[in-house]
Amino acid sequence: MALRRRSIKDTRGEATLFRVRALVGFALILMGLGVLVARYQYLQVQRHDEFALRSENNRVKPRAIPPARGLIYDRNGVLLADNVPAFRLEVVPEQVKDMPAMLAAIREVVPLDDGDIEAFKKQLKQNRRFDSVPLKLHLTEDEIDRFAINRWRFPGMDVVPYLTRRYPYGPLFAHVVGYVSRIDADDMTRLDADRYKGTSHVGRSGLERSYEDMLHGEPGYELVEVNADGRVQRVLETHAPTPGKNLYLSIDVRVQKAATDAFQGRPGSAVAIDPRNGQVLAMVSVPSFDPNLFVNGISKADYAAYTTAEDKPLLNRALKSAYPPGSTVKPFLALGGLELGIRRPEDTVLSTGEFCIPGQQRCYRDDTRGGDGTVNMVRAIEKSTNTYFYKLALDMGIDRLSSWMGSLGFGKKTGIDLLGEAEGILPSREWKATRSKYPWFQGETVIAGIGQGYWNVTALQLAHVTATFAGRGTPYAPRLVMATQEVKQRPVPLANPPSGPSLIRKPHDWDVVNQGMEAVVTGGTAKGQFTGFPYVVAGKSGTAERFSRRSNEYDTNKNLAYLATRHRAWFIGYTPVEEPRIAVVAMLESGAWGASDAGPIVRKVMEAWLASTGGPVPPKNIEGAPASSSSVPEEPEDTPVASPADMSVMPSVPADSSTGTQSDDGGNP
Amino acid sequence: MIDELQERLVQLLRRMAKRPRIDIPLALGLITLAGVGLATLYSASGGNMAMIAGQATRFVMGGMLVLLISRIPPQTLRAWTPWLYAASIFLLLVVAAIGEVRSGSKRWLNLGVMSFQPSELLKLTMPMMVAWYLHPRQLPPSWKDIIAVGILIGIPAGLIAEQPDLGTALLVSAAGAFALFLSGMRWWKIGSLLGAVAAMVPVAWHFLHEYQRNRVRTLLDPESDPLGNGWHIIQSQIAVGSGGLFGKGWQHGTQSRLDFLPEHTTDFIFAVFSEEFGLVGVIGLMLLYAFIIGRCLWIAMEARDTYSRLLAGAIGMSFFVYVFVNGGMVAGMLPVVGVPMPLISYGGTSAVSLLTGFGVLMSIYANRKIHK
Repeated sequence: MALRRRSIKDTRGEATLFRVRALVGFALILMGLGVLVARYQYLQVQRHDEFALRSENNRVKPRAIPPARGLIYDRNGVLLADNVPAFRLEVVPEQVKDMPAMLAAIREVVPLDDGDIEAFKKQLKQNRRFDSVPLKLHLTEDEIDRFAINRWRFPGMDVVPYLTRRYPYGPLFAHVVGYVSRIDADDMTRLDADRYKGTSHVGRSGLERSYEDMLHGEPGYELVEVNADGRVQRVLETHAPTPGKNLYLSIDVRVQKAATDAFQGRPGSAVAIDPRNGQVLAMVSVPSFDPNLFVNGISKADYAAYTTAEDKPLLNRALKSAYPPGSTVKPFLALGGLELGIRRPEDTVLSTGEFCIPGQQRCYRDDTRGGDGTVNMVRAIEKSTNTYFYKLALDMGIDRLSSWMGSLGFGKKTGIDLLGEAEGILPSREWKATRSKYPWFQGETVIAGIGQGYWNVTALQLAHVTATFAGRGTPYAPRLVMATQEVKQRPVPLANPPSGPSLIRKPHDWDVVNQGMEAVVTGGTAKGQFTGFPYVVAGKSGTAERFSRRSNEYDTNKNLAYLATRHRAWFIGYTPVEEPRIAVVAMLESGAWGASDAGPIVRKVMEAWLASTGGPVPPKNIEGAPASSSSVPEEPEDTPVASPADMSVMPSVPADSSTGTQSDDGGNP
Repeated sequence: MIDELQERLVQLLRRMAKRPRIDIPLALGLITLAGVGLATLYSASGGNMAMIAGQATRFVMGGMLVLLISRIPPQTLRAWTPWLYAASIFLLLVVAAIGEVRSGSKRWLNLGVMSFQPSELLKLTMPMMVAWYLHPRQLPPSWKDIIAVGILIGIPAGLIAEQPDLGTALLVSAAGAFALFLSGMRWWKIGSLLGAVAAMVPVAWHFLHEYQRNRVRTLLDPESDPLGNGWHIIQSQIAVGSGGLFGKGWQHGTQSRLDFLPEHTTDFIFAVFSEEFGLVGVIGLMLLYAFIIGRCLWIAMEARDTYSRLLAGAIGMSFFVYVFVNGGMVAGMLPVVGVPMPLISYGGTSAVSLLTGFGVLMSIYANRKIHK
């Protein structure tokens, strides 16, 4: 059959047929290749821009470079807050397949506490999948080594260098400089995400917080080439970040140290201000804490130790704790009497030991049994004669009193460059109306005259008022930061113009009050406290009772330790009186007497300041002077003023001020 | 002794010059293509010299295979054809029975020292068998012959598709079908057959594996699954499209270098080529392929008998199928199937089977018609 077929096969015709088919086939193939080329032309020319962009987006990713945080120096350039290199563990969520399993596994390599995990999980929810999230900060060398060995087990996880904060002086500046800590989920909603990309820490308290904006700087970025796994291949472009500004405090480390040491661990606070410009020269709250513990996450045990401690080391007493000022307000009230034309310097008052509001049963005591006799203004300040100020307050009236005192700065924020400042309380009709259904009683005006009753002030506030007075009435908002500095440039002073014109209209009024305050130190309640100090010091003591007196009996227990549990001690002072350059306020939460317990602290601050400015150095033997004077209880002290409630707690409003439930008279014979 | 050797060498060269056994233009075309392939592979593999050396070795061995096969006269090949075809089918059955499973498909026979895919054999034995069958018949083929050829194609194609290896099944079927087309099958018969195939498509869809169906679905809408099935298509199109008119330059293709492009040395190497050499490079390479295919068809036209003609033509035309299917896949025009870009994609089996085919072509060229 095949043979038969072959015999009739048209070989020549077949070849021709094939030739046609081959040509047709080739034509079809060329068409096919043409279609292919058309498709490539469509992709590579028509849609080139689109795909070029997608290719770039594939390979080039921007990566934030966090700025270096500004450094903080004292006024002489001593470093108070430093950046030091450290390592942290970071996770790129996108590259982790099973997060819970990974977290369980990593804990065996690098110990994590629940706080780390919690913070990580919070941030995980907020971040984009391909942005890395820190898991643990400040790895130890041991942890870094162990991770390095096990790294292959943890894709998407890496040890990354960063800058962490260090406070070389630890507790000394904890209440001033504050600290930074890890950015948490709440911060993420508050902070500008673009500015904080790649940043792990933010200012949490103190200047670190109030100057956050300046300290932080502006982040830079780099364009990096990544592969399909997201691993960086190389850096294509770098735009350097702008580091944060450095801050220079007006505080001198040595003055701050001296002020802290002067407390010898006793709870209290001290603030020193330069009356000429509002610069804070020292600001101390005792006890303090170690800010370094907070930077990379404080352990639960450490934190619990701080929060449960009875003397509240985390509390910034200078800024936030308001206490009755006691007799320290007397010079300012006297000034008000002169300025408002209610008193002339030579006007006298007879102090008999007791002062009664005319037409009322209620009487108020002097601190000295039998009184100070006939006193004029200077003498009244020197002796802290209550009767003089009872009468002055009464003559002035509560409205003028609170308006005058308010103009000096009582009852409002000083405007210092820290956040969270307490306002304190300035007694006034308006204030009482918001708290009580009772009207204002005259007796309340009387006790306001000696800085008690509702009155509450912070050490900072009192220092601010003292400095304003010392500066002859020109008010300046207190400033901790004196100058700022951009990288590689000279520090630029921060302008701090006076916040208003001088509050004292007649310079002679100032002279009279100043004379009284000088007398306090030379022969009054603080006699001997400043003996040997090269400059003339003016001051005023204040002693406030922590508990309400239950009876009209004089307390005859003169044991200092006992009194310290019942009194708060204040002392305000400034020097040199000719042209005051420093005003200091010291407060001891448990001090027997203002002059003998708080006074030496003020003196030590002044001495350290004098030494730091290169002024005359006080002779050595002076050290013993305050101690010996404090052992002389016969010296009349201030009236210990009862405070119905504990420190920062609002005093309860007495139902009737004339009933005598509230004690205000002297405890001293 | 040396004189004698020299004398024989001179004679050989004279004979080759007068009546060369190798078609020089086709050989040059293939060598150029292999060169382009090695250069692209160098870039795509990130300068992996081990891969380059391996591929170059295969090209050299393939070249020797071409020379060797070119010595076998087409008549001898024709005589062997039924046996070779039968052996291929037998090996396919062996694979179906005891083949090695790799990544879900049963394609390989493990020979101890090496494993190979019997389906690759069919790329050559299939057009040989169709040509052998049609050689003695009256052409154009009758319906009876067409059905017989259909069975010859259908059995191995079905076995290969079952492995499953749709790409190879397609190439094998195409090779047989091209032989039928070149034999002069009437156009109306071609039309009705294609119509029947088109009608079969919904039925075929039913028989596809789920992953194969997904590939087709993904092709229609790659963005629906950008990280899964769509990834290949999207990244490949980005590579091609970002190449633009003149390309990013040799070794500057970011898509492959940074591993965005999967399979960038094998099935998707043409995306690397397109990214680095742009549309100009694509057109150049297409012209080279067109030249090679055209030269194959020219050799077929010059062939001495029907068997040689059909075989040479089918081999040349199936070369186009490789290019079109791979190029279409890379450009997101066709679904993802495992068809390499001939002599550009990295991988031994396809290079060897392709070059074996060109060996047959050289043999046919050597035994071409003698023009008066």
